[in-house]
Amino acid sequence: MEMNQYRIALGPLLYYWPRQTTLDFYARIADSPVDIVYLGETVCSRRHELRLPDWLALAAELQAAGKQVVLCTPTLVESGAETTMIRRITEQQDYMIEVGELGVILNLDGRGFIAGPHLNAYNGNTLQWLAGLGAQRFVTPLELNRADLKTLLREKPASLQSEVMVWGRMPLASSARCFTARYYKLHKDNCGFRCIEHPDGLDMRTRESVDFLAINGIQTQSGHVLDLLAQAGELAAMGVDVLRVSPQSQRTLEVIAWLDAARHGAAPQPSVLPDGMPRCNGYWFGHPGLDWIENEAHRHAH
Amino acid sequence: MTKPTPKMELVAPAGSLAALKGALEAGADAVYLGLRNATNARNFAGLNFSNDDLKTGIALAHRMGRKVLFAINTFAQPGRDHEWQTAVDTACGLGADAVILADPGLLSYARMRYPALRLHLSVQGSATHADAIALMHREFGISRVVLPRVLTLAEIEKITRASPVDIEVFGFGSLCVMAEGRCLLSSYATGDSPNNKGVCSPAHAVRWHDSHGHLEARLNGLLIDRYAPGEPAAYPTLCKGRFEVQDQLDHALEEPTSLNALGLLPQLAAMGVRAIKIEGRQRSPAYVRDVVSTLRAAIDSLQTAPDRYSQKPAWQATLARHAEGSQTTQGAFERPWK
Repeated sequence: MEMNQYRIALGPLLYYWPRQTTLDFYARIADSPVDIVYLGETVCSRRHELRLPDWLALAAELQAAGKQVVLCTPTLVESGAETTMIRRITEQQDYMIEVGELGVILNLDGRGFIAGPHLNAYNGNTLQWLAGLGAQRFVTPLELNRADLKTLLREKPASLQSEVMVWGRMPLASSARCFTARYYKLHKDNCGFRCIEHPDGLDMRTRESVDFLAINGIQTQSGHVLDLLAQAGELAAMGVDVLRVSPQSQRTLEVIAWLDAARHGAAPQPSVLPDGMPRCNGYWFGHPGLDWIENEAHRHAH
Repeated sequence: MTKPTPKMELVAPAGSLAALKGALEAGADAVYLGLRNATNARNFAGLNFSNDDLKTGIALAHRMGRKVLFAINTFAQPGRDHEWQTAVDTACGLGADAVILADPGLLSYARMRYPALRLHLSVQGSATHADAIALMHREFGISRVVLPRVLTLAEIEKITRASPVDIEVFGFGSLCVMAEGRCLLSSYATGDSPNNKGVCSPAHAVRWHDSHGHLEARLNGLLIDRYAPGEPAAYPTLCKGRFEVQDQLDHALEEPTSLNALGLLPQLAAMGVRAIKIEGRQRSPAYVRDVVSTLRAAIDSLQTAPDRYSQKPAWQATLARHAEGSQTTQGAFERPWK
């Protein structure tokens, strides 16, 4: 039987949840079969329900619970606030760091790091370069299809591990502008932190009420939930080391349990979609990202 | 400030030989262009240069003492490095004055293979702050960086003061509200994105319909906007459509509008910005000629008498005629939504 020895990672929380909700969530994560937990605020430096010392305290608890902890840096670095966050994260020596954008590498002095999903590592030469700078693992670009992913894994340096996001709303774009504040007709610097009212972002539909995107502060996400659970075994067989689940307010723990059961040989039938959110897997099949392709019929279509 | 205003270079788009000629005649210091394939971020049907046109265009520019910059600013896709590397080879062979790159793997190739080649970091390389620029300078010896359209004037000033390389910013053209090089909205909706195919909201996915007198603009079947009779319609760039968010129907991300930094040229010059770029390789030769001559007049007027610079109404009128949705904004430069 094929050995599906992937590790399960929980990506950074992309939303702004109330402090207690966040702490409760990670308490459940500590008891879950997740192997790697990415922590920290990657979207907006104004969010403050948890500050860096709080994230560090969480990191210590999760590490004590046997998790490997990685601290994340902001995805879009514009101003002093993000630069300060990066300095404080890179100053600590206790945890591995996920690099959210390239400039962070300058502050690492050759230390090992995880290359995050927004670094545009599309080819072997880029991976070689990142590995030379200290990358130990990289998160693949979201828009790669199955065949391109296979090629990229062949091109990567042998020592560099790979990680693929398999579940959750996909972070598709970042802006200087805050779209949540724009929706509420508030200024970004006086936004009232309304993100906190939307635990999975604000749904953005077409004028025909078709699900399309989700607004999460300065981030624009897929309205559809990426679901590559059916591909977990194939990803492992391709040599992918880590599968990433991105936190949503519902079903995250069930997805983790599903992936854990699957890697131990169980083949449960999943229905682990958050209520009211359609799913997608189009990128995998070389389609538009928002498409949903039924797996068995199309698995080898490309 | 007592130090003399540094000379600013005007960098113009050329999607065709006619646009290139128009740009040079109107006074561009440099033109940027791309090959007819996915190696550049304006990979549109009928656009860009054949080899013969390239030779003619480069010879003309060099005779006039101007520069030609090659945009090879998409990301080499897995297993296809040679296509992007060949584009760099072609640019070099034809006498490019610089190549504009975004992909670290390709920057690495260009630096090793052509040690003397001038490298510019494309806006698609998404260097938004001083550390990212310093890293790319250290690693690849880039000479210039094109800053994303998400930065404010204050941020640009800070970066320019700290930067070891020349700074180029956009002065006019379509406005990306997302950090360039890291936006997957287009491939999410259509399969093709700036990173993987050199296109955003590609024309092949666009359909226009008349629905009971209302004009509908669709992208891969998704309704991006619908216009009442007489309402001006815009190309369905997906971040500029009208969408439903809870109870509101609005431009949820951005209005169809163009960036126009004419009023900010004195500040940009004073902070040491080295080049002003015009967006629009997909636009007509008439657009290129009009926008270049307008910005040429503005930069010349600024450099002749920096203290007396004021925008002429005729300049604004010309630019407004070529703006998306006939609207212009100073965009993130002034951060009106702050």
